[in-house]
Amino acid sequence: MTANIHTVDTPDVALSVRDLTVSLPKGMERAHAVENISFDLRRGQILCVIGESGSGKSVTANTIMGLLPKVIGVTAGSIQLEGRDIVGMGPEALRSLRGRVVSMIFQDPLSALNPLMTVGEQIDEAMQAHGAGTPTSRRERAIELLTEVGLPDPELMYHQYPFRLSGGQRQRVMIAMALALEPTILIADEPTTALDVTTQAQILKLIRDIQRRKGMSVMFITHDFGVVAEIADSVVVMEKGHVVEHGSAKKVLHTPEHPYTQRLIAAVPHLTGEDRAASQTDKAEPILKVQNLEKTYRSGSKIFRTQRIVPAVRNVSFELAPGQTLGIVGESGSGKSSLGRLLVKLMETDGGKILFNGTDIAPLHEAEFRPLRQKIQMIFQDPFASLNPRMTIGRILTVGPVAHGMDIASAREEARALLGLVGLDAGAFDRYPHEFSGGQRQRIGIARALMFKPKLLIADEAVSALDVSIQAQILELLDRIQRETGVSMVFITHDLRVASQICDRIAVMQKGQIVEEGPPSQIFLDPQSAYTRELVAAIPGERPAGHRPVAAEI
Amino acid sequence: MPAFLLKRLIQSIVLLVIVSIIGFTVLNLIPGGPMAQYALDPGMTEADKARLAEQLGLNRPLLVQYFDWAWRLLQGDWGTSFRDGNPVLAVIGRHIFATFLLMGSSTVIAIAIGTWIGIRGATHRYSLFDYAATVGAMVALSIPTFWFGLIGIYVFSLKLGWLPAGNMYTIGDASVLDYLHHLIMPSVVLALVHIAIWSRYMRTATLDAISQEFVKTARAKGVSERRVLMKHVVGNALLPMITLAGVQLPSILTGALVTETVFTWPGMGRLFLDSLGYSDYPVVMGLLMFSAILTIAGNLIADIVVAVVDPRIRLA
Repeated sequence: MTANIHTVDTPDVALSVRDLTVSLPKGMERAHAVENISFDLRRGQILCVIGESGSGKSVTANTIMGLLPKVIGVTAGSIQLEGRDIVGMGPEALRSLRGRVVSMIFQDPLSALNPLMTVGEQIDEAMQAHGAGTPTSRRERAIELLTEVGLPDPELMYHQYPFRLSGGQRQRVMIAMALALEPTILIADEPTTALDVTTQAQILKLIRDIQRRKGMSVMFITHDFGVVAEIADSVVVMEKGHVVEHGSAKKVLHTPEHPYTQRLIAAVPHLTGEDRAASQTDKAEPILKVQNLEKTYRSGSKIFRTQRIVPAVRNVSFELAPGQTLGIVGESGSGKSSLGRLLVKLMETDGGKILFNGTDIAPLHEAEFRPLRQKIQMIFQDPFASLNPRMTIGRILTVGPVAHGMDIASAREEARALLGLVGLDAGAFDRYPHEFSGGQRQRIGIARALMFKPKLLIADEAVSALDVSIQAQILELLDRIQRETGVSMVFITHDLRVASQICDRIAVMQKGQIVEEGPPSQIFLDPQSAYTRELVAAIPGERPAGHRPVAAEI
Repeated sequence: MPAFLLKRLIQSIVLLVIVSIIGFTVLNLIPGGPMAQYALDPGMTEADKARLAEQLGLNRPLLVQYFDWAWRLLQGDWGTSFRDGNPVLAVIGRHIFATFLLMGSSTVIAIAIGTWIGIRGATHRYSLFDYAATVGAMVALSIPTFWFGLIGIYVFSLKLGWLPAGNMYTIGDASVLDYLHHLIMPSVVLALVHIAIWSRYMRTATLDAISQEFVKTARAKGVSERRVLMKHVVGNALLPMITLAGVQLPSILTGALVTETVFTWPGMGRLFLDSLGYSDYPVVMGLLMFSAILTIAGNLIADIVVAVVDPRIRLA
C-alpha cells in the first residue's frame, strides 16, 4: 500500500483520497473518525471499502459527498475529484457536484425515499436540482431510467409512492435517481445490507452491469466479504479509522497481509456443506415436536369488509432431538420469526400441536404454561434493545429466576457462574448494559436465557446485528454451551452461511411453509427444492465444493 | 374510506351520548340548582316557586328530564334559556362570531409564529435562538394568561393609551378598523400560550424529520438546502401537526374563559361562565354538547386531512 499510492493525477484515477483526517468532536471514544487515510478509485472500477462498525468507512463516503454533520470536519488531507480538491470547497460548489458528478445510494431503501413524493417526482428532483432539462425531457429521462434499472411498468412506476414498492424495488429507484445525470462516481453505502439474499444478488448484478455499461467508477462500502468477492476490482480494508490494507480484490481475498484482514476473512462464516459432528444423540424421544402448526394474522374489520388475512405459518411440522440445533432459514416475510414467537407462546397458535417433552403446550393457558416457560428461553436479535438500561447485569440475570421462586443468594451465585461461562468476568455483575459492547451484551443475553437451565433455546437472529468477528465468537460460544449443557436450540436466521456453521438440521421456510428440511450437506450441496437452490445460489461469494452453478441446471 | 367514516360516525354518536349523560348528571348533582336563586326571594311564595318549577319542567324526575331534553335535541330543539327565554341555539349563535374572531386570529398568529420558531429552533439546534425559544416557551407556559392580559392592559391601555382595554368594538363606531383595534391585544395575549405549544411540537417534529434518511438522499442529489428544508423536512414534519391542530380546533370555537373575561370579550367562554352563574342549565348543556361535537369533528377532520395528505394512508 505504499508503492502504488503516489499515482495522483494520473488520468485513470477518478477519485483520489490523500492523507485524509476527519476529526470527531471532543468527548467521543476516539479523536479521529478517520486518520491519515489514502486510496485511489480508478476509472471504471469497483472499489470495495470494507470494515466493521466504527471503522470510519461511512464517514469517508460522507466526506467525499460533503455530507458530514457540522460537528465533524476534515482537519487534514485532500480529496481529488476529477483533478480538483474538494476539501475546503464552499457548500454551493459541493452541492453542484452532488448528484451530478458523484452520486450516492444508501443502506436502507425503506427510509431513503420521501414517503410523500412519488417515485417520478423524486427522480425529477435530482435533475431539476441541477437545472437539467425541461419538465418533458426530464420525464422522458425518468421513464428511461426506471426501465434501465429493471423496474416493471415504468410508466406506472413513475406515479407510484414509495410505500407501494418492495425493498428491492426501492433500491432500484434509488439507483435510477443516482444515475439520472450520469455521474462519474457512484458511492454505494452498504446498499444491499438491508435486503434479502436473493434481492441482494439481483441488486449486486444490477450495479455491476450498469457500472460496466457506463464505465462508471463505484466506491462500494460493505462489511461483507462475500459481497466483496462478488463485485470488487480492488479493496480497501479499514479498521478504527485507518486503512490497514489496500490492493486488488484477488490479492486481499486470497493472500491478505495485514493480521486484521486475515482475522476478518477467517471470521467470515462460510458455507461448510459439512454436517455437524453429532453430539449425544440417539435419545429416541425428540425434545420438541411440532405438528401442523398454523398462524394467520388478521387485521382490519370483518364487518366493514376491510379485513386482511395473512397466513404467517402454514402447516409447519418438524422435530428437534435433545442437544441438537435446528436452523430455521428464510427471507423476510417467510414466517420464521412468527414461528419462533409461537414456540415460546408469545403468540397464540391457530392450529396444530407443539409437543415439548411430550406435553402439547399449544392449548395451554398462560398460568398453566408458566412453569414450563422457564424451560424454553429466547435469545433476541438486538443486544442494545433487549437489556433494560436501568438495571445492573446482576439484576437482569436474577430478576426472572427470583420471580419464579429461586432464592436470591443462589440466583446470584448462578449468575456469576454463568457470566464466567459466557466469557465475561464476574465484575460485570454490578455494571450496567451501556458499559458493554454489542458482542458482550449478546453474551449477557445468552447468560440471561441460561439462568433457568432451559431445555430449549430459541435464538431469533441472535448474531445478525453483530460484526463478523464478534459473530464468529458468539457462534462458537453457543456451540460450546450446547455441548456442555446439552440444551437444544432453534436457530432462526436469514443468513444461510451462519446456519451452516451451527445447525445439525436446517429447515428452509418460504411464505409460511417449510419447503425443505435436512442436514446442511443436503441443503447446500444437494438442495431438493427450487427455492432452496435459488437461495443457495444467491449467497454472495460462495461456491461450495461440489456445488454446481444453478444457471447450468435451469 | 367510507367504512372508516361510518365507523367513526358510530363511535362519535356513542361518545356524544356518554358526554350528555355525564354532563347532565354532574350538573344536577351540584347543590342548588336553577330554583336556588329564588330561595331567599321574599317576593316568591312556595306556590310561585312550585308553579315556576312546573313551568320549566323541573319538578319531573331527572330521568324524565334527561330523555325529554335528549329527544328534543334530536329534533333540533336545544332548549330554552332559563335566563332570558331565548332558544339556546340563538344564544350560542349570538356569541359565536366574537369567539371565532378572537380564537381564529390568535390561532393564525400562533401557528404562523410557532411553526417558524419550531423549524428554526430545530435547524439551529443548541444555538442562542434555540435556547431563547425554549426558555420563552417555558415562561409563556408557566405564567397564567390573565397576568399577561393585565400587564398588557396596564402598559398598552393605561400607560400608553394605544389599545382599548376591553370589549369588541366601540359603541357607535364598529367599523372594521375599530374591530381590529380591539382585537390586537386579546388575540396576541391568547396566542402566547399557543405559540409556546406549537413551537415545542414543531421543533420535535422537525428534528424527527431532519434525521430521516430521505433528507440525506435529497442532499446527496444536490437539492438546495432551502428546498431540502421546505419540501422534505417541513413537508413531513407537518403531518403530526395536523393531528394537533385537530385537537385544538374545538378550543377555537368554545373560547378562552380567562382571556374573554379579562378583556370583557362577548364570546362563548364568558357565556359559559355567566350561564353557570345563573344556573342556566339548558345553555350550559348546549355549550357542553356543542364543544363535544366540535372535539369529535376536529379529530375527524384532522384524520381526513392526514389521509388526504399522506399517500400511505390515502391509498392503503
